[in-house]
Amino acid sequence: MSLRCLTLAGSLLLAGALAFGAQPTVSWKLFPDSASSQSAKAETGKVDFLNACAVCHAAEPDRPGTMSLQFKYAGRLPAALEQRTDLTSEIVTYYVRHGIAMMPSFRKTELSDAQVAAIAAYLSRKGK
Amino acid sequence: MRTVPGISSADFAAAVAEWQGAVGKEWVFTSDEDLDPYRDSYSPIRDEKTERHASAAVAPASVEEVQAVVRIANRRRIPLYPISTGRNLTYGGSAPVYSGSVILDLKRMNRILEVSEKNACALVEPGVSYFDLYRHIRENKLKLWIDCPDPGWGSPLGNALDHGAGYTNTPFRDHFDAHCGMEVVLADGEVLRTGMGALPGAQTWQQFKYGMGPIVDGLFAQSNFGVVTKMGFWLMPQPETALLATVAAPRYRDGVRFCDTLISLIYEDVLKSQTQVVSPVLMGPPDAELGPLLHRWDEGRESALDAYAQRKGLPFWTAPVALYGPQSVVRAQWAYVKERFSAITGATFSEDASYTFPLTDEQVGKVIDKTRLGIPNLAYFASRSAPDAPPLEGHMDFSPIVPMDGKVIVSALDLFAKACQELGINPLGGRPLFYHTRTATLIYAIPVGRDPAANKKAREAFAKLMDIGAAHGWGEYRIHPEFMDKGVGYYSFNNHALLRFQEKLKDAADPNGILSAGRYGIWPKHLRDTAR
Repeated sequence: MSLRCLTLAGSLLLAGALAFGAQPTVSWKLFPDSASSQSAKAETGKVDFLNACAVCHAAEPDRPGTMSLQFKYAGRLPAALEQRTDLTSEIVTYYVRHGIAMMPSFRKTELSDAQVAAIAAYLSRKGK
Repeated sequence: MRTVPGISSADFAAAVAEWQGAVGKEWVFTSDEDLDPYRDSYSPIRDEKTERHASAAVAPASVEEVQAVVRIANRRRIPLYPISTGRNLTYGGSAPVYSGSVILDLKRMNRILEVSEKNACALVEPGVSYFDLYRHIRENKLKLWIDCPDPGWGSPLGNALDHGAGYTNTPFRDHFDAHCGMEVVLADGEVLRTGMGALPGAQTWQQFKYGMGPIVDGLFAQSNFGVVTKMGFWLMPQPETALLATVAAPRYRDGVRFCDTLISLIYEDVLKSQTQVVSPVLMGPPDAELGPLLHRWDEGRESALDAYAQRKGLPFWTAPVALYGPQSVVRAQWAYVKERFSAITGATFSEDASYTFPLTDEQVGKVIDKTRLGIPNLAYFASRSAPDAPPLEGHMDFSPIVPMDGKVIVSALDLFAKACQELGINPLGGRPLFYHTRTATLIYAIPVGRDPAANKKAREAFAKLMDIGAAHGWGEYRIHPEFMDKGVGYYSFNNHALLRFQEKLKDAADPNGILSAGRYGIWPKHLRDTAR
């Protein structure tokens, strides 16, 4: 599939990317777990999030999920999921298994129930 | 438990029990909750009666387990539908072509079996993603590049088997062309290896494609003759440098010459990477002034659009140019590209970015056009790209193959633009991409989503565009299951002799018709008259 041909998405994504570029909160890596710290390994949900979700949802310039939510919420809620304080485990689990908009559903062979539970726990943890 | 067409509940339950014994109970899925994620996330028939659903899913972890699963299905004549990462979105995703099939989910087979820096090749299993392979190469500091399509979550094996393509140099960009050697499980459970893989002790499985005798690899792409469990790929050696640049021309009437100059440079092998023709005027997004101009088809269209471009300071045509290699060679190639395009009055050039490899993690993060450097990502998968834009929920791509001829390409752009206006659709894209080696592919992404009425309109428009293309001799290179029979139907020389031959092969290689029934129009004998 080629989405490079999507003129609208492509041209405006760059504008969104530049807008996000000012405040990165995670040091950039496609797969931060590939050189993960011991503390990150201790947080299973965080590692699973970085592995499976960050490529779309990290607080980074070219992450489509974060950019979409930035436009959707327009500042009413944080666009990066790790910065949200209103997420519940049930909501996270639902969207992982069912998808929404351009985000597809994720099968158990991609993310086990235990991994989804850990990600949900990480994103819905209190005291962020 | 769901049901399989033509199979009794007792037989299906018995098969499920046998599969559980073969792969483990936790890797056989039969509940609605577990099967819902196998739906096609970008389906143009979502929630309609004709939506294609899986009856179950089985996820083996090894070729031996694949053999066991296939043998059970073959004995009980239960249809299977293999997927690799299941991310062939736009082209069906992880849903079967024949509703009620059991998904053979190969995602757990995710081993990178070999990457050779010396011979610039890899051998991977179906569940390996572009992200996985990139990470492996980067972690091991190998001086190799992968070639990836826009979405990095897909599988090199799966993408190649659906004739996908990417962005770097030939021959790596045409992913099936870049493969070298396969391992395949046949419908009776037997395993074969193609090319040099058939020779015990050969050390050249990923170096020499032909082996000896007929080359059968093509039978396993866009088809249903076997389950590919391993696939080798040639990789691009990491270049010393890269230059990403843009060429542009100012007027509508420059289009033919602009395309022909690109085409000439491609044939001369000066431009080895993927390029495409982009018109900031024709391909939007249009503002309030441009919108009405694009609907003009009278004699004043050209001058009005030229005047608009001039007022806005926009080039009429642009094309990205990516050059890889030693710096001196890249500079010489770029100088030659500029020399050739300078024959177009008013042509302009920009150097957008240059890189020396390897890149640090920080440098990788700052690369905007990552796929041109073989870095997988999902940057183009935003649902929303503007504050007030409706969310994109999916799309199916109309992608006719047209000749490498500027006059034909420009006329095709006008033809389909006018057709889309008449059909009342606004597809995204519509750029001629020089994807495969010697053709241009026009890709129109037609949005689909959760609104049945909008989906119906999109499907009707898609079918009409296919008819228009076929009337000019332009068939699609790849297609969503909803249109596979129609798309294959155009390839009808001598009363569909090609398809009839494929059906003979199907009947011989898979007499019970258990593998991917209906994929790319190839139906097993027992469904040929009813399911098509």
